[in-house]
Amino acid sequence: MSKKKDIDSFTGIETTGHEWDGIKELNNPSPRWWLIVFFLCCVWSVGYWVLYPAWPTFSGDGERGGTEGSMGWTQYDQLKDSQAEIRARKSAYLASFEAASFEEVQADEALYAFAVAGGAAAFKDNCATCHSTGGAGSAGYPNLNDDDWLWGGDIDTIHETIRVGVRAVHDETRFSEMPAFGDMLSETEIADVAQHVISLSQDGDDSAGGAQVFADNCAACHSENGRGDHALGAPDLADAIWFYGDTKADIMSQVRKPKHGVMPTWEARLDANTIRQLAIYVHSLGGGTN
Amino acid sequence: MSDGAAPVKLFEKKERIFPKRVWGRFRKLKWAAMVALLGIYYLAPFLRWDRGPHAPDQAILIDMPARRAYFFFIEIWPQEVYYLTGILILAAVALFFATSLFGRVWCGYACPQTVWTDLFVWVERIVQGDRVKRMRLAKAPWGFEKTWKLALTHSLWLVIGMLTGGTWVFYFNDAPTLLENIIHLDVPMGVLGWILALTFSTYLMAGFAREQVCMYMCPYSRFQSAMFDRDTLIIGYDEKRGEPRGKYKKGDSWDDRGHCIDCTACVQVCPMGIDIRDGLQMECIACGLCIDACDGIMDKLELPRGLIRYDTNHNQEARDSGMKERSHLLRLRTSYYAAIIALVGAVMLYGLIHRSPVELHVLHDRNPLFVKLSDGRIRNGYDVKILNKTHEDKTYQLVIEGLNGAEIRIQGAGSLDAAALPVFADRVGHFRVFVTADKPKDIRADAHFRLEEVGGPNADRYDGVFMSGKE
Repeated sequence: MSKKKDIDSFTGIETTGHEWDGIKELNNPSPRWWLIVFFLCCVWSVGYWVLYPAWPTFSGDGERGGTEGSMGWTQYDQLKDSQAEIRARKSAYLASFEAASFEEVQADEALYAFAVAGGAAAFKDNCATCHSTGGAGSAGYPNLNDDDWLWGGDIDTIHETIRVGVRAVHDETRFSEMPAFGDMLSETEIADVAQHVISLSQDGDDSAGGAQVFADNCAACHSENGRGDHALGAPDLADAIWFYGDTKADIMSQVRKPKHGVMPTWEARLDANTIRQLAIYVHSLGGGTN
Repeated sequence: MSDGAAPVKLFEKKERIFPKRVWGRFRKLKWAAMVALLGIYYLAPFLRWDRGPHAPDQAILIDMPARRAYFFFIEIWPQEVYYLTGILILAAVALFFATSLFGRVWCGYACPQTVWTDLFVWVERIVQGDRVKRMRLAKAPWGFEKTWKLALTHSLWLVIGMLTGGTWVFYFNDAPTLLENIIHLDVPMGVLGWILALTFSTYLMAGFAREQVCMYMCPYSRFQSAMFDRDTLIIGYDEKRGEPRGKYKKGDSWDDRGHCIDCTACVQVCPMGIDIRDGLQMECIACGLCIDACDGIMDKLELPRGLIRYDTNHNQEARDSGMKERSHLLRLRTSYYAAIIALVGAVMLYGLIHRSPVELHVLHDRNPLFVKLSDGRIRNGYDVKILNKTHEDKTYQLVIEGLNGAEIRIQGAGSLDAAALPVFADRVGHFRVFVTADKPKDIRADAHFRLEEVGGPNADRYDGVFMSGKE
């Protein structure tokens, strides 16, 4: 189109003809080595089209709607392979883990590390929603790090609790229900018994006669000294850990109309090994008993 | 092209340099330096140094998979990589020091670029002949002679390159074992990659890039002028004695003319392709080959040597004004470089001598920060790492101070006691530690961990924290 070449007089190089405020753009050719590499890349890419999945097909046929490539390679297979590799690495431990009792796992460094690592991963996927990622729980959701257990803190008991859940849909589920004493006791009695409960763990006045109310109504489950009972899932009222709050108002509210949490059963959702790993992991958080 | 002016050349075209062979003092020194440096490079990986059964016996070894570096009696863990910083600082300042004393001796004699280029030029000369023959061969049309000579030159270069790359990998592996593997062609991909990369880079740098590296790539040649002063040793052409230069026939009188006979011997031998008679130039690597060349000519002419020589600006001026030449090695510049070297060296030496054979690291749990127990006491969790840098299995006792009623429990397989924590030789022991204590006054209380070797003198401490909540 251009009638004649526009040559820059200073450098002797042809310009593109574009001009901005009197400044013209030189039309320097790309360096030769660059051009060669560019063409080599073009040739190289043809090899890719043949060997690897490259082009979408109009019909949408073929592996995931595109050309398959002569090597039959896909990222999906690569993912499958690497997952299989991980599974293979796991299975090396899994067989001996399956065969070993909790005591045997606890005595074996490699198996124990395997169990804790697997349990930690499963915990974050399944349990952290309520018990929080570090297992510290929150109001209404037990802290699994401490040494206060509703149903018991040895590995077998933890394992059973995870398996059947608490107040869950399972034939053997753990179940406990504290009656709503708001219908049975007067407000004064409730205040007195709350005062007594506080006095069990903290220094406090216990002259109001709550002790008698406690002995009549509460000791059956929470035991006479208020230490609770793992077999019944009755909390220890004489320790420093409070599930639903440690103020008098909190305690009175819980006596009047108790809250009851639910923990699902995991038997149907997780495989037996994972549940065993979880039990070991929860036990390893620090509060586990023997 | 309206006005017919010559177009501006933005880039200089590379001129190939064909350095001529030269004999003399500095050439001998360069050969000696080359033999010594290449000897060290090629043979050092095979030196042995006994460290006992739990550590490799290679004197100089960087063991990447095990994350250890060994240099004779020194052993470095990844945590101590700051020694590398010290070495780099020392190397840089030593280079500055040498520069301010003797000019660019590093460039001229010791730089790998110079040494390998020198070696490659030597190969070129053995195969293709000296300067004139090489120039003729380069211009000659392709034929049998040119083909085999060039093929042989390049093959030898590649062999040297391969030896260079091949030796490099010995510094990162047990040399005798790897040598055996290489002989049996059983080379891991990573090693092969390094050998090929260094073969190629040696071939490229010493075969083709040569002086271009010094002129365009090397930062040191650009900033070395900052270390120069009037007393720095440079290659100097004695202009007063040499000029006016001119051709000389035997029997001519030396009156009314300079001693330079314009034979260009100094130019022909220069590996950087410069004319030293133009004065000090950035390209000059101060190798002294032009001095040898000129001295040879002066000897033949029965004139005193030293028309070109190692010189300083100060001395040049002193001669010009008829004063005595003096060497000024002790100057403010050299003394503060020396002071920096001494200081950094002393700090490193102190560090190495006082390097603890055991190290304690304590990482406080983030989640949960603390746990309140049923008796009202507080428990904190820690990840404790014990670095046993000795080459023997050791047992350590972990103690905590600064907390009331503190108890330590080790969580893990089996039953471990804080009084006897076993750590294998040359390994890191990893322990999950629970500390239970009465609730301290501060939410964030100090907790001092102390580690003592059982039945040994080594110990370390770590000042950590013990967290608790508000009442």
